[in-house]
Amino acid sequence: MKNWMLGLALVCVIPACVTINIYFPAAAAEKAADKIIDDVWQLKNGAGKPAVNKEELAAPSAQ
Amino acid sequence: MKKILLGLVLLATLIGSQFVAAAADLEVNTPAISAIKNSMQARHTQLGAFYASGAIGLTKDGLIAVKDANAVPLAQRGALTGLVKDENADRSRLYKEIAVANGHPEWQAEIQSTFAGRWIDKAQSGWWVQGAGGWTQK
Repeated sequence: MKNWMLGLALVCVIPACVTINIYFPAAAAEKAADKIIDDVWQLKNGAGKPAVNKEELAAPSAQ
Repeated sequence: MKKILLGLVLLATLIGSQFVAAAADLEVNTPAISAIKNSMQARHTQLGAFYASGAIGLTKDGLIAVKDANAVPLAQRGALTGLVKDENADRSRLYKEIAVANGHPEWQAEIQSTFAGRWIDKAQSGWWVQGAGGWTQK
């Protein structure tokens, strides 16, 4: 009977501890920030821009 | 007793796995976030030259600001002010949307300060960034 009550008490206490422990995930936030900044500033596909310019330059001379 | 123990272990595993999943990654692939990102990406083609000339810089609070309006011809200054205003509105909305998408609107300020550091770290050399002591050139 005592064990049963201890079990019940633990079941109530553990979720409370977890709730308190939901901290701001700084590392995940940095990762997310890096991903978004790379997209906005086009840092990971820098080769894209010159390629487009070359095509644009080549197009008029071909016509 | 055995059943209770088994139940406890199960519960702990369940809570533990949720907690780890929540800590691993932030959700940034919502339609709202993508729309803001696209808008900022399009605007960056105009802002790029202003960063390079020192007309604008990255602030320590994760936004941008006009640093030296004299670097821009008078006729363009109105447009620049508008661009900075729109960019800051998008940035503020971005930080808010990320916090909301992850179920923690109260994280907005921390997300903003995380971005502030990352924008400045990733800024190109020659761009102006705001530190504790004022503007410095990277």
